[in-house]
Amino acid sequence: MSATRAALPPRHQLAEAGRPVDRPRGSTLLRHLAVVLAAGLLLVAVSYAVEPFRNFQLATVAAYLCATAGLTVLTGLNGQLSLGHGALMATGAYTVALCQNAFADRGMTGGWLLVLSLGAAIVSTVAVGAVVGVAAARLRGPYLAGVTLAVAVVVPALAVTFDGVFNGEQGLSVPVEPPPLALGPYFPYERWQLWLTGAATLLALLLLANLIRSRYGRTFRAVRDDEVAARLAGIHVARTQVLAFVVSAATAGLGGALLAVLALSVSPGAFSLTLSLFLLMAVVIGGLGRLAGALWGAILLVALPDLTHSVTELFTLSPAVAQRLEGNLPLAIFGVTLIVVMIAAPGGVQGLLSRLGRRLRARRS
Amino acid sequence: MDRFVFLTVDGLSRGAVYAAFALALVLIWRAARVVNFAQGAMAVAAAYVAFTVSTATGSYWLGFVVAIVAGLLLGALVDRVVMRHVDHASPLNPVIVALGLVLLIQAVLGMVYGNEFRPAEAPLRRSALTVGGFAVLSPYDLFVFATIGVVVSGLAWLFARTPVGLRMRAAAFAPEVSRLLGVNVGGMLTLGWALASGVGALAAMLVLPTELGLHPHAMDLVFVSAFTAAVVGGLDSPPGAVVGGLVVGLLLSYVSGYAGSDLTPLAVLVLLLAVLLVRPGGLFAPVVARRV
Repeated sequence: MSATRAALPPRHQLAEAGRPVDRPRGSTLLRHLAVVLAAGLLLVAVSYAVEPFRNFQLATVAAYLCATAGLTVLTGLNGQLSLGHGALMATGAYTVALCQNAFADRGMTGGWLLVLSLGAAIVSTVAVGAVVGVAAARLRGPYLAGVTLAVAVVVPALAVTFDGVFNGEQGLSVPVEPPPLALGPYFPYERWQLWLTGAATLLALLLLANLIRSRYGRTFRAVRDDEVAARLAGIHVARTQVLAFVVSAATAGLGGALLAVLALSVSPGAFSLTLSLFLLMAVVIGGLGRLAGALWGAILLVALPDLTHSVTELFTLSPAVAQRLEGNLPLAIFGVTLIVVMIAAPGGVQGLLSRLGRRLRARRS
Repeated sequence: MDRFVFLTVDGLSRGAVYAAFALALVLIWRAARVVNFAQGAMAVAAAYVAFTVSTATGSYWLGFVVAIVAGLLLGALVDRVVMRHVDHASPLNPVIVALGLVLLIQAVLGMVYGNEFRPAEAPLRRSALTVGGFAVLSPYDLFVFATIGVVVSGLAWLFARTPVGLRMRAAAFAPEVSRLLGVNVGGMLTLGWALASGVGALAAMLVLPTELGLHPHAMDLVFVSAFTAAVVGGLDSPPGAVVGGLVVGLLLSYVSGYAGSDLTPLAVLVLLLAVLLVRPGGLFAPVVARRV
């Protein structure tokens, strides 16, 4: 095993070795800040250009992006497979719901309360993520997948077990303040939602992008590629893995909290095992280990159900058949795509795009 | 006391099913070094086929046989069409593909049969017989024990005593050498998948009547329990899987009997974490140095 490994490094290493070395052009932080600012301005412009429903959809993409970006760092860069990110999102979502309800019960109002709740959601998810991460750092491959799968199946069930706090299958409502009056009396609520989730997600992405380019990002990759070599180079493997899991959990928690704020409610049904599989599928199809891939995945998560809905509307079907198709056709397409991508194009969408870009550049030079 | 005896018998009966399901996981793990995360979904698919046949013909037993045949075929199909083409260089790849299969199978079942629970009938009475004042075994429990006993001893005989079993073990242990010696390694792998999937289908047929019924997601928690059972016994050990299954079955039965059935999923998670953190190789694993 080790002999073949030494002779033939895994494909991603070859790909990285073949890629032209990035020359440092100015500060990484400044470059990322510029990209984030541009994305933010674009988002504001788009929020005025499109109708409210599209705004809401974009906001949902942003919330999913938060979670998929964290997952792609964990799975793609650190090599830990987590099927439990749906459960981590649920942790964040329920924390936000509990906090917002507690504030509302005490009659406290103000826009900053939501920021406080989101912060609490991140903190609680970090705590849960640390517990799972410490266990995960001792596990490899299928064992880790099994444990996180158990987390994904069990945690939503806890909402029913402790229904005194979490209100069982019905879930909780999330009271959220209307947009501030300074924006004018007729400011559409969906645009406000997009601004909120967009700002939070861009901030999370900025931090993640810097993390990936930092010393920590390099240790993540070193641990993924060869644990023994990483340890010989003085990297604390277990600590690195726990750190990756905690970072990933924090973004998942924020993503879940944003979803709860968007939907104005949380229920265990929204955070089933299927959601965890969806997240994994999104990052794999988008391209593991790339933030841009996480974006493609998040877009797919929102667009595909919408697309299948419009396709099924083209045919005249009985209501029962239409209902079955609508719920399940996206799942089937996701499943097939996941299998095909894994077998035919393990780099995902972003891998194909960058291969295309490299070919174009080579032809020009 | 009465309650304890009842819970023990119920736990053993449930545990026998987990044991069979865990055995199916161990079979594939030993043959292909893949934990088949799609096993639950595949087993449910076979059970749905049985449901269709049983309602069409009115015969439970015909459906039972058809389920096992469907399981065998589905296992072979999954290996030939999907798993064979997956790059096994990273252990993540087969797991991700298996999860894709889960999404696909559950979606197809949902499209064909709908996402509601359908009743799964038991072929025999599930009320317990009383022996000397104690409510002990129901005929259905006896049927479960007998079936699982036959399957487990049949598999043990197959692997230990038959030429095919020897070839299967050889193909898993040293594929290159076996190929040089004329063993059809690919065929053995497909046979392993088929057998495992058949056993999984059988386990699903046995467990579904004791649960809420047929549903595309009906085996999710059973899969987690069976995975726990396989880990408790050590993924490499078939006898360990059987013992692990019985342990998990008993534990779940006691937890649901004494502490409330809502807590069983949590108990599974705690057991799984405890075993993996204390004895990651399982209770029956030989002592080996871990490659870090």
